[in-house]
Amino acid sequence: MARIAMNRRIVVDTGPLARVEGEGSLTIEAEGEKVLAVRLNIFEPPRYYEAFLKGRKVEEVVDMVSRICGICPVAYQVSALNALEALFGVDVDEEVRRVRRLLYLGEWIESHALHIFMLATPDYLKVPDVSAIAKNSADLVRNALVVKKLGNRMMATIGGREVHPVSLKLGGIHKAPSKESLQELSLKLQSSLGFAKETVKLAASFEKPALERDVAFVCLKDPARYAIDEGDIVSNRGLHIPPSGFEDNFAEHQADYSSALRSLTKSGDSYMVGPLARTNLNYSRLHPTALASAEEVGFRPPVTNPFESIVARAIELVHTIEEIMVEVKEYAKPVHPSAKYEYCAGRAFGVSEAPRGILYHRYDVDSKGNITGAKIVPPTAQNLIRIEEDVRQLAPVILAAPPEEARRLSEMAVRNYDPCISCATHFLKLQIKRV
Amino acid sequence: MTKPRLGVFKFSSCDGCQLSILDLEEELLTLVDSIDIRDFLEASSDSKGGPYDIALVEGSISTPEEVKRIRKIREESRILVTIGACATAGGLQALRNWNSLDRFKETVYPRPELLQSLDKALSIAAYVSVDYELRGCPISKDQLVQLFTATLHGTRPRLPTNAVCFECKRRANVCVVVASGVPCLGPVTMDGCGSICPSYGRGCYGCFGPADVVNLKSYATWLETHGIAPSTIDLLVRGINSYSKEFREWLESR
Repeated sequence: MARIAMNRRIVVDTGPLARVEGEGSLTIEAEGEKVLAVRLNIFEPPRYYEAFLKGRKVEEVVDMVSRICGICPVAYQVSALNALEALFGVDVDEEVRRVRRLLYLGEWIESHALHIFMLATPDYLKVPDVSAIAKNSADLVRNALVVKKLGNRMMATIGGREVHPVSLKLGGIHKAPSKESLQELSLKLQSSLGFAKETVKLAASFEKPALERDVAFVCLKDPARYAIDEGDIVSNRGLHIPPSGFEDNFAEHQADYSSALRSLTKSGDSYMVGPLARTNLNYSRLHPTALASAEEVGFRPPVTNPFESIVARAIELVHTIEEIMVEVKEYAKPVHPSAKYEYCAGRAFGVSEAPRGILYHRYDVDSKGNITGAKIVPPTAQNLIRIEEDVRQLAPVILAAPPEEARRLSEMAVRNYDPCISCATHFLKLQIKRV
Repeated sequence: MTKPRLGVFKFSSCDGCQLSILDLEEELLTLVDSIDIRDFLEASSDSKGGPYDIALVEGSISTPEEVKRIRKIREESRILVTIGACATAGGLQALRNWNSLDRFKETVYPRPELLQSLDKALSIAAYVSVDYELRGCPISKDQLVQLFTATLHGTRPRLPTNAVCFECKRRANVCVVVASGVPCLGPVTMDGCGSICPSYGRGCYGCFGPADVVNLKSYATWLETHGIAPSTIDLLVRGINSYSKEFREWLESR
């Protein structure tokens, strides 16, 4: 609510930012039309994961790092396994990789559906939450919940449960799902494909603020497929590095108003990870159905307005459903669900595409299989500075708007990135201060 | 009948237990019709405030600000329910309670002096009285539905008191400890998950915390006599529920 203080300082404080994972707030300081500062204050309490991982066994890492995020536990599990298995030179069975990929795709569906329908769409329809949408568009919500549930069922079928699944282990999987159980889900997903395609059109039809700018996109690239569970790190600035090159090219910084560290490129530039980066850089690798959906709404790279992220996410939803159908068709129960490995001392690097963008893990391991050091860089930490820059650019519109609209626009600018603050601090409140 | 007023609150945690509420899917729509959601920041920007008939609290208390916040929520709530291992026992982040906070801060942050953390990450019950606990990492959706149903009907929810072993036997799993020598916390862990891990051929790692009656000392001795290294048992107990009373006392006695 706007209040004008005696010293002509105008403060607009809209309270904790909703529909994001975690706790944070946004402050905009302005003098007249001039924006003095934009700060994403993150007060999500630190949980010190990198510290207590020290001294644990490599086998324990997968189930521990999962707990960094309840929304994308599989991303944490897969990045960790990628790192440690690469270090030990584990020859993971191709069918085991497929099972992990299917589990990951389930998480993408669940997370994307959650974000699109429950967190982002209420903004565009100007209502507080999904239950308000249900009052006027019951079918939309019902269909959305069906897709979301199918993502969850994929996770539960493979991983035993939706949140913090238990089936992945260093070297392989504890138990392989039956082909029949996956086929049943695949069939159900097929009947949701039409709704996913409609979602792309719905997301494209939403009125979005214009915010065009030069963006550095960073994502994974895989020669064989639309990169999700593994790949090299690439950018639209000519970067192409293996996971081990991450810390040579990106660095985390600490701001005094944030318990989340924030990433920049080594040359000090911000960058963007997530659905918009991926759809831009891996456009040709999208499944033909997803590509057709993108073309139909005129989504063709370069798409640089961050508000188009919701469209990118919907395109990925179509892609994910199609990819699940392909993978399930090819799946055969693995002969070797678990591969043998021997410990070796060294530094392990792993990345994967969490629903929100690339998730980097690095572990230092001794010859007895103990973790001696860890570094985890979640996607939200990499997007934080971009978010501030977007809000800064959008500030003239935000400052000119009435308080409620100012809050809605600011939150949308943050929510484009589907920030996961619990991850980033291992995040929002809006404050507008006018001097 | 007036609808019960619900508040969902998050402290130090991963959001996974709150997500379980959204994961109710079909039941969620019924739920939305039968209760008055006053506060649920992860799902709605519409914050109406207390008082609450029922408050679901996720996460552990790990900062001075959180202490103030949980006391206010307690004052405004008729029934306060902790959801998940973080809220009930401190969670995985309580592993820092066994170490120096300063060293932990320095490990993760270049400017540790900017961070406000309490010395220990503790359960909600360490600060305020708690009416019911939903255990688990994450909680069980079935228990969540049961809790809502009971609250709507003015009865008490029936929550498990048995160990994971009971459910594991009902599922006719082959015992992973006896048959394969895999260390498993099933005999000392509260049921609620449906014995997922042993059903996947792996040992239970204690997500739901200690069962009502446990003898960890005796069970650890038994595991050792069956060839499992004390350090392995130690690490297994020193996990998600390391700071629950029973697990902590055993760890401190070692």
